[in-house]
Amino acid sequence: MSTQYSVIGTRPIRHDGADKVTGRALYGADVQMAGLLHGFILRSPHAHARILSIDTSKAAAFPGVKAVITTHDFPAVDGNKMVDLGEGDTPLSYARGNVLAGDKVLYRGHAVAAVAAVNAHVAEEAAGLIEVVYEVLPCVLHAVDAMRSGAPLLHEDLRTTELGEATTTISNIAQHIRQSKGDIEAGFALADVIVEREFHTSTVHQGYIEPHNATALWNNDGRISIWCSTQGSFVVRDCTAAILDIPVSQIKVTPMEIGGGFGGKIPVYLEPVAALLSKKTGRPVKIVMPRQAVFEATGPTPGSYMKVKVGAKKDGSIVAAQAYLAFEAGAYPGAMVVPASMTVFAAYDIANALVDGYDVVVNKPSTAAYRAPGAPNAAFAMESVVDELALKLGIDPLDLRLRNAAKEGTRRVDGPRFPRIGCVEVLEAMKNSPHYQSPLGGPNRGRGVAIGFWFNIGLPSSCTLNVCADGNVNLIEGSTDIGGSRASIAMQAAEVLGLAAEEIHPTVVDTDSIGYTGVTGGSRTTFATGWAAYEAAQDVVRQMKERAAKLWDVKPEAVEASGGVYKSNGNSIGFKELAGRIAETGGPVVGRAAVNPRGAGGSFAGSIVDVEIDPETGKTTILRFTCVQDVGRAIHPAYVEGQMQGGSVQGIGWALNEEYFMSPDGRMMNSSFLDYRMPTALDVPMIETIIVEVPNPGHPFGVRGVGEANIVPPQAAIANAMSHATGTRFTRLPMSPPAVMEAIWCQGSSSQPS
Amino acid sequence: MRSKTHIQTTINGEERDFLCEPRQSLLEVLRDTLNLTGTKEGCNDGNCGSCTVTLDGRLVTSCLVLAVEAEGREIGTIEGVAQGNHLHPIQKAFLENAALQCGVCTPGFIVATKVLLEKEPDPSEERIRFFLANNLCRCTGYDKIVQAVQAAALNLRGTKETQA
Ligand code: FES
Ligand code: FES
Repeated sequence: MSTQYSVIGTRPIRHDGADKVTGRALYGADVQMAGLLHGFILRSPHAHARILSIDTSKAAAFPGVKAVITTHDFPAVDGNKMVDLGEGDTPLSYARGNVLAGDKVLYRGHAVAAVAAVNAHVAEEAAGLIEVVYEVLPCVLHAVDAMRSGAPLLHEDLRTTELGEATTTISNIAQHIRQSKGDIEAGFALADVIVEREFHTSTVHQGYIEPHNATALWNNDGRISIWCSTQGSFVVRDCTAAILDIPVSQIKVTPMEIGGGFGGKIPVYLEPVAALLSKKTGRPVKIVMPRQAVFEATGPTPGSYMKVKVGAKKDGSIVAAQAYLAFEAGAYPGAMVVPASMTVFAAYDIANALVDGYDVVVNKPSTAAYRAPGAPNAAFAMESVVDELALKLGIDPLDLRLRNAAKEGTRRVDGPRFPRIGCVEVLEAMKNSPHYQSPLGGPNRGRGVAIGFWFNIGLPSSCTLNVCADGNVNLIEGSTDIGGSRASIAMQAAEVLGLAAEEIHPTVVDTDSIGYTGVTGGSRTTFATGWAAYEAAQDVVRQMKERAAKLWDVKPEAVEASGGVYKSNGNSIGFKELAGRIAETGGPVVGRAAVNPRGAGGSFAGSIVDVEIDPETGKTTILRFTCVQDVGRAIHPAYVEGQMQGGSVQGIGWALNEEYFMSPDGRMMNSSFLDYRMPTALDVPMIETIIVEVPNPGHPFGVRGVGEANIVPPQAAIANAMSHATGTRFTRLPMSPPAVMEAIWCQGSSSQPS
Repeated sequence: MRSKTHIQTTINGEERDFLCEPRQSLLEVLRDTLNLTGTKEGCNDGNCGSCTVTLDGRLVTSCLVLAVEAEGREIGTIEGVAQGNHLHPIQKAFLENAALQCGVCTPGFIVATKVLLEKEPDPSEERIRFFLANNLCRCTGYDKIVQAVQAAALNLRGTKETQA
């Protein structure tokens, strides 16, 4: 643990805590203002259809209705223009088309028109009066089907990008990528044992408890104010500006408190619609998405079809690995197959590897990031195969992983060499854990392990520090706080300034009030915005030295600062006292920083799980679960553990229950929290955590980030545990009770015991 | 305009009245009419528990209660849990145990926990998990919530003993 620090590594009460336990914290849906209208969005009942006509006249005439809009109310802008969606660029036509459909609807729940009215009930009733004539088209719901020639085409102009080159082929395959290293044929020729399996994973949703919402006011002076729940206020600003074809400076986005996101609150769904409705009515308009629409029209993470083949020598050294990954993007390209390809073999040093990845559009909602997007699917496949390999070779599964573990200098299949990473340290911590060391007895029980990798990202962040005369410091930042990042950012400033965490007062402000700050995503916030706070604090220290120098009539360079005490030539003054004298030594002290750090450090996480399967019902009980993760440096260990536990339980839900049940005509049959079964408190045990700290050389305090890697290994670890409990390999997610029963029944006839 | 009904009720110990349409839920009126936005909406169909309040001391999901049903009843919301500026021991325990991340489920969990601990001062882990299974949290994995409830229970039992 980090003993050299006084604030980092401690567990102060979060700064926004009192507001959040008393109900005072204001989330997006809590916005109230005079003259507020309520919006409702009409959504497509078909998974794939051409819109022949839309008649809004009856809705517009309905008492209480103030405006109705369709895609025709958007300005005509070149759809090929690229817009930044926070973690990558997308053509404007896709972003706009997802907000309100153009000439086609591409999934059930696709937004078609919107109404603003005096209250939400009236808006909903009126939306029901909009007459849309559809020409229903056949739909395609799974990657493998969508890739077949002759499959219904979602975008009649989508040309496949083949290995980076534009082609003239029109299909549902947006992109085929390939990454390779060494000689795959020669590699497999060296292998004594080869395991090859096919895997399927279902579409799952991030499942944040707070539905999407947005309130917009298009003011008479042309400026637009937006209040919403988002992971990236600047992304909302930029994307809304692009869709509405207005300069970014004309929009101010105020990020309200956000009730969960996990990647799903990066895309823009409601903001441009609320803004247009406000423009038409001259009044503020609020839209809150119903839960069913959240499931049908936002989020999900790609379903996938994967094939993984790995070969090893008798001594356990892996000599070759090959993966075929077909990911469902949903309605618009962008299936996260690139990060899946980059992570599938990332935990291993393999001389010969080949990955083919396909980004495939299907008639399901446009996918969004979900915690380490793409990596959990890929890890489910790879880590299952490695587990089987370990059994075949008679080697302990952690020893097999340690034998082949990626280290500093290992070249990844996508090219780069790893800087200092903690893969070995995580595996060793797993091996030495009380959990792995403990015996597991009893029938129908099994233990499984798996490891996973996620890059983490940098991106720009800004921070301002205002020194108060009483020696406290107000911290201004632009990263929406989803899980305690106000604290983890403030603590880094406190550490530099020699103050207590409580003496820093962090505030998340609107896009007019702080420099550009990227999304709260990619495990970047404590890393990058924390770095901005670190730099801003250094700026304060520099200025405070100048003030002390003035007091003592010495050169600023002659002043030293450490632990909040400023010294020179026998003079000494504490930060507090010095702050009390800033007025007389030159006026306000404001520290500023804008950073765009490159040194994001990747994070490895491992899961150890014990399960028990009820052979009568197929129900799997998680008996014990341990999450091990290299976080670089745990700034606030309690919230680090919380991220590890939260990601682990999301992984448990993904493994055991969560899926989109689709009817053949593309309807999600379980679009409620009752039927989309996320884990409840009763479904999971305590989640043990082991924090590994291999400092990231690319951050002043060694932070890597903690938000994502923890969701990568649970699915595979659980599948491996279930395989050991039953003697049957599980190659489909979720491994729900019906799937388990089927596997057990099939065991007699065609099993491949592991 | 649809005709509205005049409802008289008690909220967090104070007499309140409001006008509502028959189709409005208690959740909607609490949030939009009375500006008590601490009670959250996660699903509007009774499946997430973020709108949990008490109705005559019993836990209900306020999205499934019609506002007109509040007539003559006593409602308790998250805004009534703290005594002025003194946080309730359950609220303190949630903060001290880092039992919230995004916090949108927190009001529902705290209201439910209060009812649990009033009825059962010393619940087992299993009992806590069972009782709180109506409340979904997607961020925490429940571990720290369960620990916070245990810590609050211990604290409240201690307070009672000192008072006795
Ligand atoms: S909003 Fe009432 S239970 Fe979800
Ligand atoms: S803290 Fe986010 S849902 Fe519970």
